[in-house]
Amino acid sequence: MHSNVHDWLNEHGDYLYRFALARLKDTHQAEDAVQETMLAAIKHNNFAGDSSVRTWLTGILKHKIVDMQRKLIREQPVSDLIDLDAGEEGMDDFFDKTGHWLDKPQSFDMPDHALEQSQFLSVLDACMQKLPSKLKVIFMLRDVHEIDNENICKELDITPTNAWVMLYRARMVLRKCLETNWVKG
Amino acid sequence: MMTCKQASKLISQSLDRPLSWSELMQLKLHLMICDACSRFKKQLNLLRVAMQNIRTNMENNSAITLPLAAKARIIEQIESDQESQ
Repeated sequence: MHSNVHDWLNEHGDYLYRFALARLKDTHQAEDAVQETMLAAIKHNNFAGDSSVRTWLTGILKHKIVDMQRKLIREQPVSDLIDLDAGEEGMDDFFDKTGHWLDKPQSFDMPDHALEQSQFLSVLDACMQKLPSKLKVIFMLRDVHEIDNENICKELDITPTNAWVMLYRARMVLRKCLETNWVKG
Repeated sequence: MMTCKQASKLISQSLDRPLSWSELMQLKLHLMICDACSRFKKQLNLLRVAMQNIRTNMENNSAITLPLAAKARIIEQIESDQESQ
């Protein structure tokens, strides 16, 4: 049993860690997620053999990550959510009274060149870190974890309308941040 | 006629739910005459693709490794768990 864990950690530990880090964006949380995964893997030891060990462990890890995200959300004051719900008005930064764009969206493309592309992605990453935490979490659940809306609403205990408003807001802020900070050429 | 504010809201929601037929028609009409909202739509699509790329890049970046201290801690934790059983 012990040797299993050593093998798992040696062969898949780095991958699992990167997988967790790509989603949780926090090194401590990513380490914890890997640890939880190993503990669960030993406890249940239900590797079916019809997939690779890595796929099996990654499956466990995915659940752990969602659990951790859920916990993070629960620790946020609910009032943050209500605020946003009030807010069609929250879009006043972007539209005038008649519903026209204050600043028309500009076109930007993801660059083809690998180096530029990685610069673009790091700008996007920085923009994401600047999102208010609740918006960040819902955006991550939707567009990073690709969890469907129904499940997000269940996890967060919010209505679909809440979720749409928050995702709309998050995307609006992100694209604006990209427009401002990603200067082409 | 739909405003840009309404159109942009529907564009975002189209990533999260299927739009109704009438929403879809109104949005299409709006997009036909509105370059700004068409660019907004492209921006959101790009955002989604970019999020996938960030993830894949990190998952494949072999320079990022589980710190040795964390590895040791995990093994220690598991061993002490098993001893206590």
